[in-house]
Amino acid sequence: MKFKIPNSRFQIPNSGSVVVDTIEGQRTTDNRHFTIALAGNPNAGKTTLFNVLTGMRQKVANYPGVTVERKEGFWQLNGSENTARLIDLPGLYSLDATSLDEQIARDVLLGKVADSPKPNALIAVVDATNLERNLYLVIQLLEFKIPVVIALTMVDTAEKQSLEIDTDKLSHLLQIPVVRVKATQKQGIEELAKKVLQAAKTEATPNFVWLSNADFINNTDEDDIHLSLSDNTAANKKIFARYNFISDVYQEAVKPKDTLERSVSEKIDHILTHKFFGLAILIGILLLVFQTIFSWANLPMDLLDKGFGALGDFARAEMPEGILTDLLVDGVITGVGGVVVFLPQILLLFLFLSILEDTGYMARAAFLLDKLMSRVGLHGKAFLPLLSSFACAIPGIMATRTIENPKDRLATIMIAPFMSCSARLPVYTLMIAAFFAGQTVFGFLSLGAVLILAMYALGIMVAVIVAFILKRTILKSPTPPFVMELPPYRLPNFRTVFQNMFIRAGLFLKRAGTVILAISIILWALTAFPRISHQSSVISYQSATPENDEQQTTDSEQLKNSYAGKFGHIIEPVIEPLGFDWKIGVALIASFAAREVLVSTLSIIYNVGKEETEESASLINAVRDAKKDDGTKAWTPLTALTLMVFFVLAMQCMSTVAVVRRETNSWAWALFMVGYMTGLAYLAAFLTYQGGRLLGFG
Amino acid sequence: MNLTNLPIGTQAKVVAVNGNNAITKRLMEMGVVPGVSVRVIKSAPFSDPLEIRVRGYHLAMRKNEADAIEVSK
Repeated sequence: MKFKIPNSRFQIPNSGSVVVDTIEGQRTTDNRHFTIALAGNPNAGKTTLFNVLTGMRQKVANYPGVTVERKEGFWQLNGSENTARLIDLPGLYSLDATSLDEQIARDVLLGKVADSPKPNALIAVVDATNLERNLYLVIQLLEFKIPVVIALTMVDTAEKQSLEIDTDKLSHLLQIPVVRVKATQKQGIEELAKKVLQAAKTEATPNFVWLSNADFINNTDEDDIHLSLSDNTAANKKIFARYNFISDVYQEAVKPKDTLERSVSEKIDHILTHKFFGLAILIGILLLVFQTIFSWANLPMDLLDKGFGALGDFARAEMPEGILTDLLVDGVITGVGGVVVFLPQILLLFLFLSILEDTGYMARAAFLLDKLMSRVGLHGKAFLPLLSSFACAIPGIMATRTIENPKDRLATIMIAPFMSCSARLPVYTLMIAAFFAGQTVFGFLSLGAVLILAMYALGIMVAVIVAFILKRTILKSPTPPFVMELPPYRLPNFRTVFQNMFIRAGLFLKRAGTVILAISIILWALTAFPRISHQSSVISYQSATPENDEQQTTDSEQLKNSYAGKFGHIIEPVIEPLGFDWKIGVALIASFAAREVLVSTLSIIYNVGKEETEESASLINAVRDAKKDDGTKAWTPLTALTLMVFFVLAMQCMSTVAVVRRETNSWAWALFMVGYMTGLAYLAAFLTYQGGRLLGFG
Repeated sequence: MNLTNLPIGTQAKVVAVNGNNAITKRLMEMGVVPGVSVRVIKSAPFSDPLEIRVRGYHLAMRKNEADAIEVSK
């Protein structure tokens, strides 16, 4: 069984071929419980296939010590008793361990990851429309000496592009099974299961002909062009050899009919990445996304807010009065509720992000903006995390995982919280409603809108400056390569989009929720202890108005004498140059758990009750009328502006700190972030207040 | 001649990928190896990065990276 391919160095291996590189490990031989790994290029349809194979029987976690997502599920192999543990490897172009994803994938294939046995077989997901580059990974997978089965996706699309793929020949040339799969319609799944089961039970893998034919480097005289590898490292020689082999396979197995017609994708791209319109369309899409997030999320957020309020009231009514009830209502329900309220926005953001990513537009956005981003020293891919951070820094920081260079990734994480997130909006709104409402600039622009825009701009400006400095000092690294695939535009698979959205939302709740719960309890304790004596007197929450006032006075007294209140007094000298008194100090301390807590804390301090929102008239009036201990006004428009500036820059979000700790795997970076951001915030607030006073405001 | 100098819309053959670093390796892994045909599709606003077509798919890279790719028509 031998045939020659004209003008090529490719040969069907015989027993005499030399194995150059062997990568081996121990495979488990339990015949009923197989471990199968799913590998493939990004955009090859791997996630869709994984979802179809496992259904909802999947779990998402992290690989030990690193932040690469570990996705696993159980796959009921059809027509047999066998259940396979299916490991979804990160999307890969190569297995040379240059990025964290590649390193992890390599470790999984070698069986080096704790409680993950070496796979019995691999499924290589191969996009038929992009066969050559996809086969590169397959070739590398084969070098691991684990049986590989190819799941060939998007054959329809390839055929529409007039690519005729001879699956049998492909299988024959590579010596591994090739199964055509259409995951969304569940076509080819049964056959895939059968082939994988067979493969998992065998040890046979092809020999590495592409590497064993060691004459590949010298044999470059056949063309008029001088095929030179100025770099003669073994690694590059291997890459060259693999692609030579692939070119030969491709020529044999695929009949491309050259068409001059541009594909639909290219036509779309001509408009969307147009030199002038491209950026305008990008801005338009972003505006639309944010407008939608903020308007659609309003109703569910209100409902959640009311729901948690009602839950608190219910608990207050049903439970006996005492510390336990206070802890549950003021600590747990209020604190956790404060975070969960943002869930609708986060869900919507994830929804849009996965749609933008799934359609292929995200890569275009990075393409369009890379020049601007690289001036600051950031990668085009940093754009997506920073964009997400306008809704919430937590998903934003989680999204930095796509940035391969660790220093670039850190720089992006460090500046992400400067993007004005939705938790700052209640603070901005309260300040504007109290001090700048109804005023206009140039007679037609509302001052409030201008100020909010200015706050967003301030955050972006500071982020740019900080990134610039970081990338030239502690995070200095050579400009990272920007070599990025621009995948063809595709309709998003809604099942995948929604599944991703819910998995991510679950992670957010789990990660942020646990921290927020702990912080809420601590914060509650700080404001609730030491207890003042008349707390035990009989004051019912359902009482009439006069007694209600009394209750609120008690709350206020309690706060003043609590640890938080005392702490507010202690830090008063520090915040006095910013124009803040001790009461604002207490609210500031509380807001270090989460920014929006400022609003509810101010309500407690100014005796207006906890149910107030940033738009309620009584809180606004209370803030306007609030007096310092010496009888002067606590707030002026300048104080309000100073507070807003402080909130733009300060790191006041424990959940973000926790996520940064997780993502960087270091408390040092998390604490550095809190330190430098809050330092900057203090400086900027100081300059605002003192500068404003010099100019005669306040 | 470097890929950077190749006019938009023209096709050429890669002669060499110069340099010995992460960029060279990544470019080669993505299929830009000596002997392959590439076509410059377009450049982004501010004329950087470039979009090329290689092995039937689209790849974006900065001019910085494209400089390492030697081509001949």
